[in-house]
Amino acid sequence: MAIEARPVGFFTDTSICIGCKACEVACKEWNQLEGNPPSFTADSYDNTGQLDAQNWRHVQFVEMLPNADGTASTNGNGKGAGGAAVIPTPIAGGQAWLMMSDVCKHCQQASCLEVCPTNAIVRTEFDTVLIQQSVCNGCRDCISACPYGVIGFNEKTGTAQKCTLCYDRLQNGMQPACAKACPTESIKFGYLDDLQKGADQRLAALQKGGYTKANLYGRDTSVYGGLNAFFLLMDKPEVYNLPNAENAKLPSRNNLPGYLGGAVTAVAGLVGGILAFRSARMSGADRTPR
Amino acid sequence: MPPSEHFAAPPNWEWWILGYFVLGGISGGSYAIATIIRIFGAPADQRISRLGYIVSFIALIPCPIFLTLDLGQPLRFWHMLVDTSEGALAFKYWSPMSLGAWALVIYGLFSFVSFLGALAEGGTRALSPFAGFVRGTLGSIWGAIGTFFGLFIASYTGVLLAVSNQAVWSDAGWVLGGLFLASGLTGSAALLLALLRWREVEAGTAVRLEMADRNFAILEAILVVLFVVSVGIAGTIGKVLGIWIVLWILVILGLLAPFAVSRSDAARRWPPVAAPVLSLLGLLALRALIIFGPQS
Repeated sequence: MAIEARPVGFFTDTSICIGCKACEVACKEWNQLEGNPPSFTADSYDNTGQLDAQNWRHVQFVEMLPNADGTASTNGNGKGAGGAAVIPTPIAGGQAWLMMSDVCKHCQQASCLEVCPTNAIVRTEFDTVLIQQSVCNGCRDCISACPYGVIGFNEKTGTAQKCTLCYDRLQNGMQPACAKACPTESIKFGYLDDLQKGADQRLAALQKGGYTKANLYGRDTSVYGGLNAFFLLMDKPEVYNLPNAENAKLPSRNNLPGYLGGAVTAVAGLVGGILAFRSARMSGADRTPR
Repeated sequence: MPPSEHFAAPPNWEWWILGYFVLGGISGGSYAIATIIRIFGAPADQRISRLGYIVSFIALIPCPIFLTLDLGQPLRFWHMLVDTSEGALAFKYWSPMSLGAWALVIYGLFSFVSFLGALAEGGTRALSPFAGFVRGTLGSIWGAIGTFFGLFIASYTGVLLAVSNQAVWSDAGWVLGGLFLASGLTGSAALLLALLRWREVEAGTAVRLEMADRNFAILEAILVVLFVVSVGIAGTIGKVLGIWIVLWILVILGLLAPFAVSRSDAARRWPPVAAPVLSLLGLLALRALIIFGPQS
């Protein structure tokens, strides 16, 4: 069945993610990603580490360590402001994980697309964000700009890489590999408007069940104009290493102030130089021929 | 105000980029100083103007090479200028890297012609038509436009860092462009002062260049303070402290050096190139700690 050329995306419901990493495996299989050499991350059951050129899906394990008073704190994966520990609501008696299959958010206002100098990063007919590998020259400006740390540099290809939302599969009427492999349907693929309706219903059900911290991240326009890959979270975005609405800013915010600061300095510098050399000319000193 | 939070991955811009930022700052700064002297300076000072144009072009030569070598696909360097997917020019005024690539091309032309003019004025007969060109009103206009692009090259690298989501870089967004420019001017004046030691110039010329150097250093010092305050408010100053304090010491010594030689009897006994070398090390250290600190 063909997939229409209209906005598609992922709705990742973290409340039913079991951390099986089937999405990571399926992504690597389909996209022929070798993966990084295994390493000890000392970070719960996470040996993937982060999203990068070899990991286009990454299951985060935010482990709740029980405190003496029965509350829980994270294992450091959920880095809070200024490095302070984030204290989420205890789950399952204070010993549990928050799991989230992280991925490129395919932002409506995409920082990577904004800064890319070669126009290698484009928005596709499915409203997803794609790095054209034949155009990218590996300048890495997009890596600097992506607020989610999604994009990585592939040393072998010399280009920046990230999730394509399985663009090749979409073109052939197939859903992305990760969504197809997810055994709990934590990762749902579909047309964006359909996903959003389903997400609203799921959030309402969870909140009715007492999960008051449950929230939708990227469902509305408060974060980068809305995310085509949005999430149902069981805690604050910061716990999952996601910038909250207050911190979700586009790189271009610094264009005007940056250039203005440069212009003012340029004028001040020119004045400083002119003051130093003009006096000699005015006094007529040093009449050495040019 | 809560500290800003950053989850961006580092782009791993390292030594080639540091080299480009340093030489771009020196090139743009030298060109600006040369033009200031050309238009406003006394006849006796014109030797430094010529020297400035020569230094400016020589410093510029490695810049595109460094930038190309830093790319993952160096043979696609021209993708910065040509959009190969659309078959049109790749120009995005809102992307500092795109703007910088074009500015580098344009500034290269201005710097090259001014370089030829400086050689011609220095006695290279084969280039004599250029001497007439750079001396007249047209030459002043050429130099003024070139200065605009030169100062842009010295400055936009800071804006390039700021237009990101990296800690420190984006937190000091309004300061970095000016800071790199001021530092480029200070370093350029210091380099010209060092080079003057091997050329015969009027004593007054060196005094005026030293005065300009001090003016630039004051400007840079103000911007260093603003930078520290900005990242302090953002709560990310820790990224440029720790081991980076060694480089901060160099930055401070580099800023103090132009004043030390004019105020301190002990400093007057330093070797003549000591103060300029300290200033240049300060320029290098400032860029190194700003580039490497947030990425570490």
